[in-house]
Amino acid sequence: MTGPVTGPGGMVTGPATGPGGPVTAREVAETVVDPELPMLTLADLGVLREVSEVDGVVEVAITPTYSGCPALTAMRDDLVARLHRAGYPDVRVRVELHPAWSTDRITERGRRTLAEHGISPPGPAPRRRGPVPLTLGVPDRAVHCPRCGARGALVSEFGATACKALYRCPSCGEPFEHVKEL
Amino acid sequence: MSDSVYSGLLGESDPHWAFGTGFAEPLAGVDAAVPAGVDPADLGRYCLMLGDDALVLSQRLSWWTSRAPDLEEDIALANVALDLLGQARLLLSRAGGVAPDLVPAVAQQPEDALAYFRGPAEFRNVRLVEGEDVDFADAVVRLLLFSVWRLAVLDRLAGSRDGVLAAVAAKGVKELTYHRDHAGRWVVTLARGTAESRRRLVAALDRLWPLRAELLVPHPVEARMAAAGIGVDPAAVAAEVDAVLDQVLTAAGVDRPDVADAPGGGRDGSHTPALATMLAELQEVARAHPEGTW
Repeated sequence: MTGPVTGPGGMVTGPATGPGGPVTAREVAETVVDPELPMLTLADLGVLREVSEVDGVVEVAITPTYSGCPALTAMRDDLVARLHRAGYPDVRVRVELHPAWSTDRITERGRRTLAEHGISPPGPAPRRRGPVPLTLGVPDRAVHCPRCGARGALVSEFGATACKALYRCPSCGEPFEHVKEL
Repeated sequence: MSDSVYSGLLGESDPHWAFGTGFAEPLAGVDAAVPAGVDPADLGRYCLMLGDDALVLSQRLSWWTSRAPDLEEDIALANVALDLLGQARLLLSRAGGVAPDLVPAVAQQPEDALAYFRGPAEFRNVRLVEGEDVDFADAVVRLLLFSVWRLAVLDRLAGSRDGVLAAVAAKGVKELTYHRDHAGRWVVTLARGTAESRRRLVAALDRLWPLRAELLVPHPVEARMAAAGIGVDPAAVAAEVDAVLDQVLTAAGVDRPDVADAPGGGRDGSHTPALATMLAELQEVARAHPEGTW
């Protein structure tokens, strides 16, 4: 797949960046970052499902992390804007609900990037058979401080965004966020 | 370059509706076909019931933002409210998509028309979700009673013959799991806290327990949808709901309230005055500026 040479209004635009930069629609889409975790690309977050290009029409499939994720609109707009700038005038973004997103979809590179930015990456998502078990105790996760590596202490299961819990580190005293297993 | 720092958010797309999202088709990419042998009007009404439950409780929970016992709880309840709002959007979109006759004739996306331009008698939520919280304990007990039931329903609904309901339910199960845990932990915390916190928790249980009956009585629409392999018969989840509630009450050291069931009627549009008061606030801006954009 190669990038188109004409953009909106028939302007010759060529590839978005120079040699080695993103050229195909997929490569361009893979550079778009999450609005709430801007150190992660949508690809590393596992939100970008599919990018196809047929007869100059780019179709991108994304999936929401949470049902009410307010970032979904910004993701859609960012994908469209980035692809427009890269010379793809006709971009369609569709939202896929099935199968539901899981934190298991975050790539290894995504997990490393989160930790490098002071956010504790999720462990394996829970699996079950039968009814969903009720958990009345404090969630038992081995969460470690991204700064010093000590075992963190839970402050709240809910953080500034739906996907994160709040922890503090008893050793270095710093607060940090943990991406919850989902 | 643009004049506004916000213009990048919009890309080159249409302006956002002030009350909507800019998604022309929130359910795009999901097979929207109505399964064979299913009455679309019934499917629409069923989606409205599940969607209105979520929308109304979301609005109730949002009231606690800035009023909860601590900052962490403000954020927790706002998170739960946002999950439910997301579920409501998808379910109302589905309702409007399969049964356009249910949607008020205004120039809005179906989900917005349904949320902002129906009167109280057209809402199909159970009464449990619409009442005002007179105490924080009410918010906790209300969320427990609702999330125990809804999680049991959505877990089964994930196997629905309707692809949209199945997808919305599968996602909702993950969210309801931590909503239910959160509410259960608070019930135990309040019951085992001080004499005062226990007194108020027990009072809230006595107030709200009667309202859970409505969740478990099958409405004719629920019964038909269950028979068609689309929906869930609430009677089928009664045993699981009871077992989970007992588990919480046992951990809390609180007896099951000995109170009579309250009358239902919410699924048929018969509501308490609290819903009208809530909707007046929820719908005020949308009705004053029906074509407002930002």
